[in-house]
Amino acid sequence: MGSRFNPYDNNGGTCVAIAGVDYCVVAADTRMSTGYSILTRDYSKICQLADKSVLASSGFQADVKALQKNLSAKHLIYQHQHNKQMSCPAMAQLLSNTLYYKRFFPYYAFNVLGGLDSEGKGCVFTYDAVGSYERVGYSTQGTGSTLIIPVLDNQLKSPSPLLLPAKDAVTPLSEGEAVDLVKDVFASATERDIYTGDQVEIVIINASGIKREYVQLRRD
Amino acid sequence: MFRNQYDTDVTTWSPAGRLFQVEYAMEAVKQGSAAVGLRSRTHVVLATVNKAASDLSSHQRKVFKIDDHVGVAIAGLTADGRVLSRYLRNECINHSFVYEAPLPVGRLVVRLADKAQVCTQRSWKRPYGVGLLVAGLDELGAHLYYNCPSGNYFEYQAFAIGSRSQAAKTYLERRADKGRPLRHQGDAAGEKLTSSICTVAIVGIGEPFHIISEQAVQEMVDALETREEATAEQSGGDMQDESGNPDAAAPMEEI
Repeated sequence: MGSRFNPYDNNGGTCVAIAGVDYCVVAADTRMSTGYSILTRDYSKICQLADKSVLASSGFQADVKALQKNLSAKHLIYQHQHNKQMSCPAMAQLLSNTLYYKRFFPYYAFNVLGGLDSEGKGCVFTYDAVGSYERVGYSTQGTGSTLIIPVLDNQLKSPSPLLLPAKDAVTPLSEGEAVDLVKDVFASATERDIYTGDQVEIVIINASGIKREYVQLRRD
Repeated sequence: MFRNQYDTDVTTWSPAGRLFQVEYAMEAVKQGSAAVGLRSRTHVVLATVNKAASDLSSHQRKVFKIDDHVGVAIAGLTADGRVLSRYLRNECINHSFVYEAPLPVGRLVVRLADKAQVCTQRSWKRPYGVGLLVAGLDELGAHLYYNCPSGNYFEYQAFAIGSRSQAAKTYLERRADKGRPLRHQGDAAGEKLTSSICTVAIVGIGEPFHIISEQAVQEMVDALETREEATAEQSGGDMQDESGNPDAAAPMEEI
């Protein structure tokens, strides 16, 4: 009788990523919650794993932190062995394998990996908790994802993966337009999702490097 | 005299209380090409002479980055050095993962020494045939250690290992109290110096461990030569064996 120990908790939050022709935008809100309470308004869900790879994860932040540390350590080993940084597609595979490794006690982390591929084009990879992943033009995960994804579908019109020949998954939007879109979707999600709000951290990856931007959101 | 009877097994003592296999392993280090290390209060510099197996092959890597704050230069069996470098890198990564802080150099060298010691006390193993100059930075400052196959380690202000290291060591001992590490590094290598045959690496406060590019090393060598020529001219020849002109073989080498 009574409740068993629950190893997981959901700290809420939403992550979004959009791939462009030569850039990638990865964004996440900075609110960390538990139950109906706010733990902090100022927590980053975004981690830069490599030169051109940025991971945003919502879910159980303790598992997210462990996952980020795990991947960073593996990346360091890769650099020692290969004398170069991991490419984003390589990191995507590594993340998938790392998640599946814990198939029977998963990381409660809903991930979106964004960056530039070896050709310099934007790429976004979206995951489930056990490592199933797909390269897409845009994605969102977390408590506000159901509110955001139909808006992105409408605005970005990603090609179907069933098309032959395969069409590029990147959006024709410019970097500035993509960032504005991200700000809009977060503002919308904040309205109706209680776990999303406070601030959105927007990371932009392009050929010249990584830029970070913060935008205030509703704090209620 | 009795060396041949007691030198088969690393676990066999000689009557004189020596482990010949361990001493033979240290001999392998002396046969390797030179590696030199030098430290100041804020920086540590490593330099190695790169020997190529033949004119057609590439040079062997003798300097390895272990972590942002630690690097090693090796002399002896390069394969053993590579394997130990992998071990050191793993130790640093594991420590950083758990403690979110860099592994202090002093602790790293102890672990390495203990690992080497194991191989001196197992009949089915052999000692590592490589000596490592470990250069690193921690909260206590800059450190240079020498780890040898016996499992011993010592901290040094400056040290050299490998072939013709005695010349370098003598040179460094004479200049023990002077500063400007990099200048002495170039002289101490004692060979005809070109950037293609030597590797120089540095770690310091605010400067993560990195190997200096060939171009930058060549510039330093050139600057060194012009400075040495100028000093030689000024003092008119009696500086000959002191200046350690990198173009000529170090005088002590004739031994």
